[in-house]
Amino acid sequence: MSDLNDLYGDVILEHYKRPRTFKLIPDATHKAAGANPLCGDHIQVFLKMDGEKIADIGFMGNGCAISRAAASIMTQELIGKTRAEAEAVRAKYQAMVTREAGKPWEGGDLGKLEIFAGVAEFPVRVKCATLAWHALEAALKGKGETVSTE
Amino acid sequence: MSGAGPDWARVRADFPALRQQVRGKPLVYLDNAATSQKPQCVIDAVRQYYELHNANIHRGVHWLSEQATIAYEGVRKKVARFIGAPDPRECVFVRGATEGINLVAQTFGRTRIGKGDEIVLSALEHHSNIVPWQILCEEKGATIRVIPMNDAGELRMDEYAKLLSPKTKLVAVTHVSNALGTVTPIREIARMAKTAGATVLVDGAQAVPHQPVNVKDIGADFYIFSGHKMCAPTGIGVAWAPLALWNSLPPWQGGGDMISSVSFEKSTWAEVPAKFEAGTPNIEGVVGLGAAIDYLSAIGMDRIAAREKDLLAAFEAAILRVPGARIVGTARDKAGVASFVLEGIHPHDIGTIADREGVAIRTGHHCAQPVMTRLGLPATARASVAFYNTPEEAPLLEAALRKVTEVFRA
Repeated sequence: MSDLNDLYGDVILEHYKRPRTFKLIPDATHKAAGANPLCGDHIQVFLKMDGEKIADIGFMGNGCAISRAAASIMTQELIGKTRAEAEAVRAKYQAMVTREAGKPWEGGDLGKLEIFAGVAEFPVRVKCATLAWHALEAALKGKGETVSTE
Repeated sequence: MSGAGPDWARVRADFPALRQQVRGKPLVYLDNAATSQKPQCVIDAVRQYYELHNANIHRGVHWLSEQATIAYEGVRKKVARFIGAPDPRECVFVRGATEGINLVAQTFGRTRIGKGDEIVLSALEHHSNIVPWQILCEEKGATIRVIPMNDAGELRMDEYAKLLSPKTKLVAVTHVSNALGTVTPIREIARMAKTAGATVLVDGAQAVPHQPVNVKDIGADFYIFSGHKMCAPTGIGVAWAPLALWNSLPPWQGGGDMISSVSFEKSTWAEVPAKFEAGTPNIEGVVGLGAAIDYLSAIGMDRIAAREKDLLAAFEAAILRVPGARIVGTARDKAGVASFVLEGIHPHDIGTIADREGVAIRTGHHCAQPVMTRLGLPATARASVAFYNTPEEAPLLEAALRKVTEVFRA
């Protein structure tokens, strides 16, 4: 039986109320938006790349607690990482939140991102937890358009 | 059920789905604007159809096919009586309101609306009464004009009057808003459209389940609704228009049942309504719709409307007792729907936490994105009532919403 605290833990609520790196980067080298039209969520991710390295990262937008906290923690975790490292983290995170409900996460260390492991127990909320990550992926691939989770 | 009115506790007991527990708590089903629950008699009618009467209609000379045809056409008569249609042939069975509107767009729209013409919609429309007209306008070079609404969610009739002109070929407006619950002044809207020489389509998907509807009294040319929001199965709905109007329109989908004769050189069309019902229809859905109409009629649509008015007041009061709550959509005339927001909390989070308390509400844009845009909201939470809800469920909604605020304000 999944508990509400699996989804609305203290850290997630704290990041929702006071998101970190909630900023527009005017000289971003990469950016993309993610939209979840059904929920009315919209998040923009900005990246400033220094070669292969993420020198700065920020996000703006509106969304539910899960999508906003996910964006906030994502940006914190990825700053300073290389493009390849970021992609590896993204793939692993995606696997964690979309794993079969009821199963523990055994796919490897994701550090602070593991507070989103409980999202797998709430299948309809997976798209909230991955919205910023979809935008990140699109930004890194240089697609300028809005990606949709629908 | 006369005199004192129905025993609502017994009415509620007719709905097996409502007896369930959700996550160890009694199910409080407040998503009736999305779809209603089904009473046992409707479920039984569908089962009995397959057990006793299953055959294709309008075809076989055999006994079983005759039974199925009698059942199917019998429901058409019930539908006509239920909505005040003078002739059962005027009631065309469709998959639902969405298909009904598309049917009108593809038949009436494609033959009567051309370049430079205008279609008037309202700010309250569901996507299903917007998108079919956009597709048509794209094809024909026609234009959509929109009746604006005020902050309460009421249509601006003064602005509507200004939109009407000889270019207006169609006015397509909802009877009741699914997102805000606004009951539109549909008679007046229809009267003004007719005076301007326009045809009137009314989306009745949120009206027919909740109040007595008489299509002649409203003055509509097309009146469209779904079965699944009024206790019938999914996949069945009705498109009504006067016989002469239907007769003047070309067929929509081609196939069996809609033809009079077919050769490779030319086919001729069957009479209305068969002309618009190509292929084997949703017979079980029609049978279920008939049972639903019998069920609702036995309770009485006027009683249902009165009951739901009381329930809506109780639920809105419960919502407003929660700190930071605001009702979205405060029209003077409302039916069934309490849209709301809690300050600082996204509706999606409200929905998830309420669900943990056994309370089923809808969150999002309710397939009415222009309504949300107009109100400057990304989304709302929506509690929508049916006659089988109880006043005792209002405090359960309130408790669930208080739980939401506890999670977020801890």
